[in-house]
Amino acid sequence: MAYRTNLMVCTGTACVSCGAFDVKTLLEEEIKKQGLDKEILVVGTGCQGFCAQGPIVVVQPDDIFYQLLSPEDISYLVEEHFLKGRPVKKMMYTPPGEKIQIPTVNEIGFFSKQRLIALRNKGLIDAEKIDDYIGRDGYNALIKVLTSMSSEDIIKEIKKSGLRGRGGGGFPTGLKWEICHNSKDETKYIICNADEGDPGAYMDRSIVESDPHAVIEGMLIGAKAIGAQLGFVYIRSEYPLAISRLEIAIEQAREYGLLGKDILGKGFDFDLEIKQGAGAFVCGEETSLIHSIEGISPEPSQRPPFPAESGLWGKPTNINNVETWANVPRIILRGADWFAGIGTEKSKGTKVFSLVGKINNTGLVEVPMGITLKEIIYDIGGGVPNGKKFKGVQIGGPSGGVVPAALIDLPVDYEKLTEVGSMMGSGGMVVVDEDTCMVDLSRYFLEFTSDESCGKCTSCREGSSAMLEILTKITEGNGKEGDIELLKELGYAIKDASQCGLGQTLPNPVLSTIKNFRDEYEAHIKNKKCPAHVCKALIDFHIDPEKCTGCTVCAIKCPADAISGSRKEIHIIDQEKCIKCGICFTVCKFDAVKVE
Amino acid sequence: MPKLTIKDLEEIRKKVRKTALLREGISNAKITVHMGTCGIAAGARTIMNTVIKIVEESGRDDVIVTTSGCAGFCSREPMATVELKGETPVKYCDLTGDKIKKIFSEHVLNGKIVEECALAIGSEREP
Ligand SMILES: Cc1cc2nc3c(=O)[nH]c(=O)nc-3n(C[C@H](O)[C@H](O)[C@H](O)COP(=O)(O)O)c2cc1C
Ligand code: SF4
Ligand code: SF4
Ligand code: SF4
Ligand code: FES
Repeated sequence: MAYRTNLMVCTGTACVSCGAFDVKTLLEEEIKKQGLDKEILVVGTGCQGFCAQGPIVVVQPDDIFYQLLSPEDISYLVEEHFLKGRPVKKMMYTPPGEKIQIPTVNEIGFFSKQRLIALRNKGLIDAEKIDDYIGRDGYNALIKVLTSMSSEDIIKEIKKSGLRGRGGGGFPTGLKWEICHNSKDETKYIICNADEGDPGAYMDRSIVESDPHAVIEGMLIGAKAIGAQLGFVYIRSEYPLAISRLEIAIEQAREYGLLGKDILGKGFDFDLEIKQGAGAFVCGEETSLIHSIEGISPEPSQRPPFPAESGLWGKPTNINNVETWANVPRIILRGADWFAGIGTEKSKGTKVFSLVGKINNTGLVEVPMGITLKEIIYDIGGGVPNGKKFKGVQIGGPSGGVVPAALIDLPVDYEKLTEVGSMMGSGGMVVVDEDTCMVDLSRYFLEFTSDESCGKCTSCREGSSAMLEILTKITEGNGKEGDIELLKELGYAIKDASQCGLGQTLPNPVLSTIKNFRDEYEAHIKNKKCPAHVCKALIDFHIDPEKCTGCTVCAIKCPADAISGSRKEIHIIDQEKCIKCGICFTVCKFDAVKVE
Repeated sequence: MPKLTIKDLEEIRKKVRKTALLREGISNAKITVHMGTCGIAAGARTIMNTVIKIVEESGRDDVIVTTSGCAGFCSREPMATVELKGETPVKYCDLTGDKIKKIFSEHVLNGKIVEECALAIGSEREP
């Protein structure tokens, strides 16, 4: 029986945490109650990217986008739209600062500027149904490689496409496969890196949740190219939903004989196992990850030898990121030329970014390489909230760098980001505005990386603590002349002397902010001021006598009892008692409390 | 479940193609049944069920069936609009099961407007 309408309910992690499963159950119940259950199908999908607006339901084929749904909305929605055919405006999306709702996905800026390859099935399939994936060309690329391509052909195609690793390094994928293919050994392994340790990043989780078969098919193709018989997906244990969808997908692929022996009757054998990671950031580094699968202490080891020559249990091993794998089936099916036609000279295809921080539309976006930051931040991200000034964007996770507002026209690709002292990394974008202190932000990232250092190299272990100490002193008002130079010196030394990528990149946030926001460092050190009013030791609250009406609100709310004054009289803050919590600043309705 | 051959996989793909196209909003024809309160009272639900059934029987996987609110012409309900790709929508009124079957086979399948049932061609031209 065919359904006339499909309701695509997002059941990604973020939407589930705000009640998506309740919404889905209620939808099913109400639809049944109205006798529409033979016409309308409710489908649970993976993350649709616009997580801040969840729970989300997209009505197909009409493309209508409902958002921020609550259980109370559902019976009205079903009666109005699905029984009577009247779409419900008030549950549609209204862009920030505007009044008119936008009914369809296609017209919403957040979606319309995106180009989907890795996330092409997001919101369109039930990730737990292999047939849904097959219906969207799934496993067609596998048929193609098993019937008409040799290992060499596949490697040639991937090389020609220009695909580069999406896990951070940007190494050419085809070349990596070729090295592993050429390693002489009977046994070879491939690994999917789904460790995703960057705080705030969730593109890999999202791909696994919304389209696990794309990753499996990508790995099957890679295995055929390289000559591997067994693969591992290394995924962090904090991702239960992604793990369960992947388990279901692997099970279904085995049932169909798409994993196992003699796949599709073509004499090709391959199987997959899931390994759960215990979550340290450094476990995402490839040699460390391999040790973790081997069951030994997850510390990075010296390269060379590279895993492609000697990896898991000493065998040639090819490791790629989730997003890299998910791109593979499309490249094979649509051809290297198609893929290479998207992007810039050296960065081809698309990249998934997680857009967070001071931005209106937080969420997950997939955009072509070479798109400008401006398009990402304004056209897709909807700009900075509350009319604040855009200051920059930290790209590439905790060891990335900040791109300042002046460079907003920068086309985003591997080379351009590195040129300006940032990096692609795994694709985290944290937008900062005038209220963000760059010294404090760098301190925050360094605190994370310093904490995650495995401690093997002195430079990384001791150097990061030393840098953190200096930064903390600066934010506490104890910075001194020469600190900036010292930070730079330490930073370059750590980069040079550390063994793995963690140490080699951890100084980036500090170095890039010194380069682009040096005046903020100087204001902290020389003038003992925090221009963004963030560092508590460097700000004072006081009350403007001209503006204070004596309403007493601040005095009542002050937790430190630091404000004195009677009704209708000017109030005064006792600086000795003030703990700088900022409550008075927030509660004063007359704009009388000032920060300096 | 026996292991699949390439042919089995193609069979599955064919079977689920309609759903995939529907979710992408890809179609060559769209039939909208007007489902205002008056429409439902006049039997729009029966029309809807008939439409779904005949689309299914036709085997066409590029025909979308959807609903909309009251068309503002309550005395002529049940009504439906047929829109072929790239052509002006045609509103049909006073529908019965037989009429909608005829509209489907002549207009949707063969591109010939069923004049005697049409209320208006396009949205602007009222009778
Ligand atoms: C400290 C550190 C953490 C890393 N974390 C990840 C990670 O979470 N996911 C990932 O895919 N790659 C991570 N990498 C990169 C991997 O070492 C490796 O380069 C990558 O998985 C290769 O796949 P790709 O070529 O497809 O990008 C990390 C590297 C370092 C140095
Ligand atoms: S650079 Fe840091 S994280 Fe990497 S091996 Fe050395 S100490 Fe460990
Ligand atoms: S809340 Fe503002 S106006 Fe009221 S007493 Fe405090 S400073 Fe004065
Ligand atoms: S900042 Fe906090 S502690 Fe200081 S005066 Fe205002 S409310 Fe009181
Ligand atoms: S989890 Fe629903 S949109 Fe991301």
